[in-house]
Amino acid sequence: MFETTAPDRGPAAGRPVGAPSVIGSLLRRPPAVFGLLIIGVVVAAAIFAPLIAPFDPGMQFFEGLTLQGAPLPPNADFWLGSDLLGRDLLSRLIFGAQTSLVIGIVANGVAVFIGAVVGITAGYFRGWVGAVLMRFTDLMMSFPALLLAIVLAANFRPTLWIVAMVIAMVNWVQVARVLYTETRSLAEREFIEAERSLGASAGLILWRHILPHLVSTIVVWATLGISTTVLLEATLSFLGIGVQPPTPSWGNIIFESQTYFSSAPWLVFIPGAAIVLLALSFNLVGDALREILDPTMRGNFN
Amino acid sequence: MTGYLARRLGQALLILLGISLVTFVLLYLLPADPVRQIAGRSATAQTVENIREQLGLNLPFYEQYARYLGALLRGDLGRSYLQKTEVSALIASRLPATLLLMVGAIGCELVVGLTMGLIAAVRRGSFLDNALMIASFIGVSAPQFVIGILLLYVFAVQLGWFPIGGYGTFQHLVLPSLTLGLLGSGWYARMMRSEMLDVLRLDYIRTAHAKGLKGWKVLIGHALPNAILPIIAMIGIDIGMFMSGIVVVESVFGWPGIGQLAWQAIQRVDVPIIMGVTLISACAIVLGNLLADVVAPFIDPRIKAR
Amino acid sequence: MRNQLLAPVALAAILAAGTGAFAQDEKQGGSMIVTYKDDVSTLDPAIGYDWQNWSMIKSLFDGLMDYEPGTSTLKLDLAEALTISDDGMTYTFMLRHGVRFHNGREMTADDVKYSLDRATDPATQSPGAGFFASIKGFDAASSGDAVGLEGVTVVDPYTVKIELTRPDATFLHVMAINFASVVPVEAVQEFGADFGKHPVGTGAFKLEEWTLGQRLVFARNADYWKAGIPKLDQITFEVGQEPTVALLRMQSGEVDILGDGIPPAQFLEVTNDAAYTDLIIEGGQLQTGYITMNVNTTPLDNVLVRRAINMAINKDRIVRIINGRALVANQPLPPTMPGFAPDYEGYPYDVDGARALLAEAGIPDGFTTELYVYNTDPNPRIAQAIQQDLAAIGITADIKSLAQANVIEAGGNGSAPMIWSGGMAWIADFPDPSNFYGPILGCAGAEAGGWNWAKYCNPELDAKATEADSITDAAMQSKRVQMWRDIFLSVMDDAPWVPIFNEQRFTMRSGRLGGPDAIFVDPVHIPVAYDYVFANDAQ
Repeated sequence: MFETTAPDRGPAAGRPVGAPSVIGSLLRRPPAVFGLLIIGVVVAAAIFAPLIAPFDPGMQFFEGLTLQGAPLPPNADFWLGSDLLGRDLLSRLIFGAQTSLVIGIVANGVAVFIGAVVGITAGYFRGWVGAVLMRFTDLMMSFPALLLAIVLAANFRPTLWIVAMVIAMVNWVQVARVLYTETRSLAEREFIEAERSLGASAGLILWRHILPHLVSTIVVWATLGISTTVLLEATLSFLGIGVQPPTPSWGNIIFESQTYFSSAPWLVFIPGAAIVLLALSFNLVGDALREILDPTMRGNFN
Repeated sequence: MTGYLARRLGQALLILLGISLVTFVLLYLLPADPVRQIAGRSATAQTVENIREQLGLNLPFYEQYARYLGALLRGDLGRSYLQKTEVSALIASRLPATLLLMVGAIGCELVVGLTMGLIAAVRRGSFLDNALMIASFIGVSAPQFVIGILLLYVFAVQLGWFPIGGYGTFQHLVLPSLTLGLLGSGWYARMMRSEMLDVLRLDYIRTAHAKGLKGWKVLIGHALPNAILPIIAMIGIDIGMFMSGIVVVESVFGWPGIGQLAWQAIQRVDVPIIMGVTLISACAIVLGNLLADVVAPFIDPRIKAR
Repeated sequence: MRNQLLAPVALAAILAAGTGAFAQDEKQGGSMIVTYKDDVSTLDPAIGYDWQNWSMIKSLFDGLMDYEPGTSTLKLDLAEALTISDDGMTYTFMLRHGVRFHNGREMTADDVKYSLDRATDPATQSPGAGFFASIKGFDAASSGDAVGLEGVTVVDPYTVKIELTRPDATFLHVMAINFASVVPVEAVQEFGADFGKHPVGTGAFKLEEWTLGQRLVFARNADYWKAGIPKLDQITFEVGQEPTVALLRMQSGEVDILGDGIPPAQFLEVTNDAAYTDLIIEGGQLQTGYITMNVNTTPLDNVLVRRAINMAINKDRIVRIINGRALVANQPLPPTMPGFAPDYEGYPYDVDGARALLAEAGIPDGFTTELYVYNTDPNPRIAQAIQQDLAAIGITADIKSLAQANVIEAGGNGSAPMIWSGGMAWIADFPDPSNFYGPILGCAGAEAGGWNWAKYCNPELDAKATEADSITDAAMQSKRVQMWRDIFLSVMDDAPWVPIFNEQRFTMRSGRLGGPDAIFVDPVHIPVAYDYVFANDAQ
């Protein structure tokens, strides 16, 4: 049962890694290459959306709906089908990548970064620093974010950046809680105590010895967070703070259409697949990176 | 430990005070007039003014807040603006359902998620591992509404194993818990896998293994306790999150939890209910996290609660 | 046009006779289950003003007046006779004898006065207080300067006299509205603010059980004064039920009526399925969906611009987007309302004409504005269709899709240039055209906080409206209706609204239930007149 757990097969194991060799190692791993490819495609779609989208994503076609007003399944005109207003789903997905990338990468990235800084600092230093930081985390976790969204919605022009800010504000707390717990445990282990008694600075210990052990947790939260934040954007935009109709996002396509999923499944499952694929791709790349960089892979644990 | 707990509870009171202030400010800033919601669309200006005065909503902000805090100290959450019922009674009527679903959902997440994570870690790199990874991501990305209806359709309507929504018996609890459990298990599975992989590489696990201990004994006896620490933190987070109510799942399954109460109150600016629910969930969040912090040292003796 | 007000002389005779149509021979017995999405907030008739509690309250309580089931024809209810003075200012109601509250006590004139006093007492916080404004002493009572309404007097235990300050053609409708239901003083005092959770009335059903957030059980009032009514022994209302799931339950035979109607997302699946054809009942409702254009903002203050917008909207397409669940509208009044002008052609859908009007207004290149919309489906979709139509004549309308309370606030304080009214749209409180004017098109509603979101105020039309509503003489009713017709057509000349459609109602009931189709899409007992539903399995 344990044969498969022998982990040390990273090509970079046992020697220092530089940037070129990281890229090289990445490219030697098929899953990572697949992930990079998908990410590349999505980013390209977002950047060049006006060039590649077959239609204007806001155009409500007369022939995009049946006479009874039902959307059309994938067909020769609308490759991925049409939505509830007779718009081309493929074009909306391509343009929607712009919004969803900003949310999934930037907002989620900021959230994970803040969460990591707060959690690790609080877990390592404990004492009053830890208490203040973690109680602040509790406070933010209880924060009525939906209410904040409604207030912001009525007072500001809705933009993508407000919704990104709100997401970053509410999503870092879980990361902080988990990393705090892990850091708290790591900080008390013998090898850290030993480093401390040798006079190593806190920054060095954190960077060299604590952070590397947390990379895998960070990868988990950062990649799964892509999915949840992309969906959260739709909820918040629904309350009026984010992108407003007719601007598409992967999240709002699902959100608007989900009650229709039994009669128009393509409107839910296709954007859903896009979200899963994007998050998975980041996970493949993240896992590969962790394996390449992780010190425990190089056998210097303890 | 007692000193630690006392300090934490003191801090919790401060947090609750902060949350009550923040929520009150937000509701005050909210450009929607609760009086208009009470008075309805046919009200005269006179009626509107009367109601505003009776509820004290014409008072300056600090006075309104002071009044609310004063009542709160006497244990009075006020009466709903629209239902006229006491907020404490409304919340109390929905708390049992919320608690049940919380337990059911977390139970499901743990059973499904930890199993998935363990298998994936042990079978690392295999087809099974990859399949479980994809399943985790699908779960985390899936809309609750769609999964809830699909489960209902298959297991309740078609197979008839469970009632089509509702509340009351254990049978009713299964599908909503499963919906939340399946969707949330992705987090637990991924965390479990990553922690197990870290732990399984540790020397003493290898040593234990080398000493001839059976695989599963090493796994359960040595590896699991070391991997479970972040899982405890996640359970703490989930306690708080589920206690705040899960609007979509509650509505799909006709589950009389706090989420629906809160959602309807937000839509109609029923301030006392919003305040009450926010404070209750803040309590749950603070307690959930406290619980996680207190339990952690028992799991991992290296940590001292201080 | 139907004529709903009757001559004071003939009134008593005609109204008293109006009992027949539904006193059929169906046996009593059986039960049904009705589902609603939202919780029931209260069953206090002075307070309840929601979709789901409106008809429940009508089954628990009675008022002096009511409507023939399934119609909007007024009839006497707790009053058995009625006289109206020649000047139309004094109404005397003779009460039925032997009508008992659910607590066993007989209802008397004192209860009627108490109930009206209570509804106008500021401490009650009744959203319906304003309906009683024509009763003498209303101002003093509603400001708290006086206790009770001076104009309501108890003549003897079975006679109540109500004096008005002005002739009010809608007064009998007001006496039929939920807020005028008769409640027993001792029960209100016993339960205080919780009366809404412990309702006691004279109605066909009494509340047997209320499990907060889950279900309400109504049991037949065995002592009900209308012989043979209600038909059912029990009604169970299950609340907090997602409409999609409620439909699944109905298809499995667990539910008898979907209180919120057929969910829009499943509408085509259900209506295209032959198995359900007999179970779906379509009916009109006294509702109009419209776009308001704030006449105080530039360039919407220019009537040419407002007319151009009226001509730019492709209403047929909007109706198609909602799967044909509505009829295209061209005027504020819905087709079943007296005063509706069937021969009025309205503004045509004419994009070139609209562009020409914009050019005439001096803005050939259009302008940028904001369109507010309530954020639940299908409203944001309808707003996007409107947005595309406006873009075709050069108008850029940014959509602000917000929670209902925020849209209402923006409409009330005049900060929203345009609003699509869907989801918040006007459904008449009672079937009279005046109810479609004052609050939403009259000067009174244009004040800050009012529901006249176009802020349209035409004093001339207001004067005409007052004149029309003071016509209480039955012989003059066709003149009154004609006046209202003209008022609404004048409104259309000024074009503060774009009327888009009148929503149709589609009620789906299980095969276990019977009753005339009309009661399942009752125009007043919304959504269903529960008292007249019978169970086929009890027959």
